[in-house]
Amino acid sequence: MANPLPQPVERENYLNKEYGVWSWLLTTDHKRIALLYLLSITFFFFIGGFFALLIRLELLTPAGDLVQADTYNKLFTMHGMVMVFFFLIPSIPAVLGNFLVPLMVGAKDLAFPRINLLSWYLYIIGGVMMLHCMLTGGVDTGWTFYAPFSTAFTNTKIVEAGLAIFVAGFSSILTGLNFVVTIHRMRAPGMTWSRLPLFIWAHYATSIIQLLGTPVIAITIVLVAAERTLHLGIFDPKLGGDPLLFQHLFWFYSHPAVYIMILPAMGVVTEIIACFSRKRIFGYHFVALSSIAIAVFGFLVWAHHMFVAGISIYAALVFSFLSYAVAVPSAIKVFNWTATLYKGSIHYDAPMLYAFGFLGLFTIGGLTGLFLAALGIDVHVTDTYFVVAHFHYIMVGGAVMGYLGGMHFWWPKISGRLYPEGWARLAALIVFIGFNLTFFPQFILGYMGMPRRYYDYSHMPEFQVLNVLSTAGATVLGVGYLLPMIYFLWSMRYGKPAPDNPWNAAGLEWKTTSPPPTFNFEEEPVVTWEAYNYDELDAPHPQEVPVAR
Amino acid sequence: MPDSFAAGFSQDAHTEAHNPALLHHFAQPQQQRDAASLGMWVFLATEVMFFGGMFCAYLIYRLWYFGDFAAASKTLNAGLGATNTAVLICSSLTVVLAVWAAQTARRTLLIASLILTMILGLAFLGIKSIEYKDKFEEHHVPGASFSFDREPIPGHPGQYANPRHAQIFFSLYFIMTGLHALHMIIGLGIFLWLLIMAWQGRFTPEYHTPVEIGGLYWHFVDIIWIYLFPLLYLIDRHP
Repeated sequence: MANPLPQPVERENYLNKEYGVWSWLLTTDHKRIALLYLLSITFFFFIGGFFALLIRLELLTPAGDLVQADTYNKLFTMHGMVMVFFFLIPSIPAVLGNFLVPLMVGAKDLAFPRINLLSWYLYIIGGVMMLHCMLTGGVDTGWTFYAPFSTAFTNTKIVEAGLAIFVAGFSSILTGLNFVVTIHRMRAPGMTWSRLPLFIWAHYATSIIQLLGTPVIAITIVLVAAERTLHLGIFDPKLGGDPLLFQHLFWFYSHPAVYIMILPAMGVVTEIIACFSRKRIFGYHFVALSSIAIAVFGFLVWAHHMFVAGISIYAALVFSFLSYAVAVPSAIKVFNWTATLYKGSIHYDAPMLYAFGFLGLFTIGGLTGLFLAALGIDVHVTDTYFVVAHFHYIMVGGAVMGYLGGMHFWWPKISGRLYPEGWARLAALIVFIGFNLTFFPQFILGYMGMPRRYYDYSHMPEFQVLNVLSTAGATVLGVGYLLPMIYFLWSMRYGKPAPDNPWNAAGLEWKTTSPPPTFNFEEEPVVTWEAYNYDELDAPHPQEVPVAR
Repeated sequence: MPDSFAAGFSQDAHTEAHNPALLHHFAQPQQQRDAASLGMWVFLATEVMFFGGMFCAYLIYRLWYFGDFAAASKTLNAGLGATNTAVLICSSLTVVLAVWAAQTARRTLLIASLILTMILGLAFLGIKSIEYKDKFEEHHVPGASFSFDREPIPGHPGQYANPRHAQIFFSLYFIMTGLHALHMIIGLGIFLWLLIMAWQGRFTPEYHTPVEIGGLYWHFVDIIWIYLFPLLYLIDRHP
């Protein structure tokens, strides 16, 4: 691809405009806040990963020899809570979304920059509470903290963990609020809804879920905390309460929360596939509206987590049907991505390798989701490793692959430096192999009947081979995750300076400098072209970009 | 929405540069107003879902334990509840007056309406605390000292409410009205801030967005109470 030579003198940009701790901690620049988020979620990712490592080590042998049962319960609980609420949910929206939404719509900043900073502080307060909770004993209920176990029986720190999630939840709400208002009100002249990058559509849909789902988990946590401290009986059947009500309220948020993780990854992958196929995205409007459809349908499928919990069979049938229905917009996306690849001029750069990884892993994760939506099969595999493998294919194979792909794709824009491409391709390969080695055996384990959340399986030693494979895969995966962190840090000092548009990609974010100036654009952009105009970009004499004034 | 992208950067920023209330990342005051207003509406949508979870819990237990809920509801002071409803509706009127005064540059009326709104808000909280005190003395606060013995179920002579189910009613009553009162207190904080800004003469017909979106918030908190009052106080009540 054509790379214009970078200018020798470093221009003023958002990174070198000011220095010092306070210029970061009090910044209202969405790009700096994105980097604050990047540092904080990476920290929690490695904490969550450390718990995962201990879990996999314990399962290396059938006997419970590394940790005690109580410790093991805390390990998988804290792994889930940290990874879901402090890594996956903020990952793409709060880092890449924060950085890119204003750039992509042609705005100087998000609509509410100070609220954006507030949301990072809320995340940090929630994170510190969660760390304190972990260091002083942790929680052993599983990340789902089902009542009445969480409200009447466990003697671990459920209230503190709940409040940490409550606070972090408001961080997520405020991010979503900022995105919705920015996308509605801050678009540059000519940036119509059907010219928006599909990354923006995906984040719009994500924000709707954050806004309408998160308050429900917040009030659920309030009720759990009140019930636990005052012994109220809202969820405790002994006192007349209904534990199923807890599960309904919990999953009303926590199922759509999966779409908070996967929809932004889908947005990232759409950008990458169009760029590295050098083609207009196939079926733009279908991909855009399928994001909205996923957000809407995603709110109507929560009870498929409760098929064996004692809900009425008729409700179960309806939720089973709706869970199948939500697969339709996801499939529309996969087919449109495939059609975009068809006869494309495909480049196998590192972001594209992650996008290919996403395509395969998300498809496996999605199709096994249909197994679980089928009432009969669900009864057989509920609470087995089949479920664990399924949601890791979506949340790690889907969301984290998308996140890493996006980090590589936009790293030149974020840091102004190029990462080492060879190492990046190797890391993408290692992540893909490590991931499959870790989680594919878990499908088989679950189908054979190994329950989740057991620390000791010495009465079924035949499961050991597959568990050893899984643990071996986890170490490979760990190496795959460490590599990008090392070479990203390396590239910040030693990487080649990045040109403004290293991929020759479409989109407003590539029309400004790398890294962008504090107010994003030297001259305010006016959009006169359709999204993904790769045919025009690759034409022998690409048109000059018109600007205002 | 053609207005929003047309509002982008099309207008020369220098003509607006001396408007002190215009933040740097907006092109025009109109765009800033629209953003603030949309932001508040979106926030109120999240509030609907926040209270929605409790309304959902209320609905289920009211259907399950209707008689017990009616008996517990009867012990609430409907007179004080109705008074509070009237107080809040009046405060919504003074909020509307405040917005109108800000739009039409009537500074004295604006300050008076803001003060009146805060007085009505404080009156609401005062009456609410009297009700809480009564409930506390009657041992109707859920917890260790809760008691609800031999309370008759309305319309079913000789039947008494199950204290456990009544306790669920009072749990919901205290959580719902408590969170509503917390929203009132936050609203009073917002109105104090508006009052200080109005006192300093910061609001003009061109710039009064804070009054408008503060007003939206206040109306929303009123509407929550408009639902809470009949749902909590008036279960199966007959004159």
